[in-house]
Amino acid sequence: MSSIVPLISIGVAVLFIIGIKFLSSPKTARLGNLVAAAGMFIAFWALHKPSPAPGIVGDPVWTLSWNLNYTLIALGIVIGLILGTFGAYSVKMTSMPQMVALFNGLGGGAAALVASLEFLKDARGFQVEAFIAGSMLFATLIGSLSFSGSIIAYLKLEGKFEKPHTFPGQNVLNGFILLVILGLCGYLTFNASGGNAITAFIVMFSLALFFGIAMVMPIGGADMPVVISLLNSFTGLAVAADGFAINNLAMVVAGTLVGSSGTLLTLLMCKAMNRPVTNVLFGAFGSSGGGKAANNGVAGSVKPIQADEAALLLAYAQRVVVVPGYGMAVAQAQHQVRELSDELGKRGVEVQFAIHPVAGRMPGHMNVLLAEANVPYDQLIEMEQINPSMDRVDVCLVIGANDVVNPAAREEKSSPIYGMPIIEADRCKATIVMKRSMAAGFAGIENHLFYKDNTRMLFGDAKASLNTLVAAVKAN
Amino acid sequence: MDTNVLFIFILAVFVGFEVISKVPSMLHTPLMSGTNAIHGIILFGGILVLADAGSVLERVLGFIAVIFGSANVFGGFMVTDRMLQMFKKKK
Repeated sequence: MSSIVPLISIGVAVLFIIGIKFLSSPKTARLGNLVAAAGMFIAFWALHKPSPAPGIVGDPVWTLSWNLNYTLIALGIVIGLILGTFGAYSVKMTSMPQMVALFNGLGGGAAALVASLEFLKDARGFQVEAFIAGSMLFATLIGSLSFSGSIIAYLKLEGKFEKPHTFPGQNVLNGFILLVILGLCGYLTFNASGGNAITAFIVMFSLALFFGIAMVMPIGGADMPVVISLLNSFTGLAVAADGFAINNLAMVVAGTLVGSSGTLLTLLMCKAMNRPVTNVLFGAFGSSGGGKAANNGVAGSVKPIQADEAALLLAYAQRVVVVPGYGMAVAQAQHQVRELSDELGKRGVEVQFAIHPVAGRMPGHMNVLLAEANVPYDQLIEMEQINPSMDRVDVCLVIGANDVVNPAAREEKSSPIYGMPIIEADRCKATIVMKRSMAAGFAGIENHLFYKDNTRMLFGDAKASLNTLVAAVKAN
Repeated sequence: MDTNVLFIFILAVFVGFEVISKVPSMLHTPLMSGTNAIHGIILFGGILVLADAGSVLERVLGFIAVIFGSANVFGGFMVTDRMLQMFKKKK
């Protein structure tokens, strides 16, 4: 029996790897999620106590005699199941990123608690190996940082203190706090028992919680996807460290897979914005220009258009490209967008959707929303694929997108978004921009696209405007 | 320290990098959400700690860890499935 346990661990690891692999292709993604869930289920039933000595397998958890602790375990699982189910099914598609942030924070918190309990238990007597103590401290630090950081990211995406909060010397202060935390960890690694250790540990824990807040507060709401992805990989690493501490192979493998794939995902997201990850974390992007949008050196004037005229342009075009952005998500206009695309499709207009990798609040945010509205995913074209043919597009319809279509990223070296790849809407024969007002986008800078000769602005709520457009296209 | 575990850790780092290197950006959100669910395996850590808990403090903290971990793992997989449900091909 005992020799089966490592085999089960290997099987579970394989299921996780296949799950993640399947998740990276649209056709198999849903299956991939189920494969990973199956791996989790198997690992749950095969859960064994930590091995008491090398080469000896611990007792299986589920055959031990029932006591108060097991009642608490069952109760805790049920409460978590209810909370998780409620969160997962009540959340609106636009609020998905917040929900992921919240679940991630809970995972981080759990990782920190598990490590703390192990550490405090050992601190009361046993001599702990420095490597094990280090793993516990690492998991506590990273886990609690991920917990508090994720909560702040969640609140920022909910619209609370969305703007970056900065003050002079902030990076220095944060650096100092981090040094103190690392110093305490270093001390505790080699002095992991006694009353002093417990006090130092509690101070370290509190500082780590505070550091998570201090780290995320200066970062603007637009960069939260990167932050969530980073904290996600942090939680993974904390879980892996917990796995080392309590000698659970499945936790080491799962945590590490999440940690490394999450790190790569974070880098891919930064690459899509053409900004180094350090700039996202320490640059306090947009804090200097935020909101006031200097209008220097923009040539041309803003030309409004009425919905009827816009509908004519669309109805008699051959090829239309829709560029959705966060504005579409806020207005919940994805169903109207689908209706318009269907209506144009019936008239023989070729409609495509150009998806910028960082449109919305999360990579893939637009895909999820449009998929919810039943837009077939082969109509969704990624930025690199659609850009070369943009000058053959008759009408480009920009719905609530701003920074991701700003030609300043190509033209103006002084712009904070200079060098970011954009969807080149300015190269289309005509561009209609649907927007509520002339307010600047998240980066807080003026959009040159709005002033181009072939750009027309359709002001108003995206949902209402789209309803008018659909009706007008039908009438034509 | 068990060097075998360290060995597995290093391999898992590379597998994690390799396995998502070709993911299209439209799957970034579901992928983040899916990996988020996988680190919900911390639930097991909570279970193991709570199973051995002796004092009231240990029980309270372990209980919270189990709730957090359970919400992470169940909510994570469900929210991912809800996202991916919408990628069904429609003709």
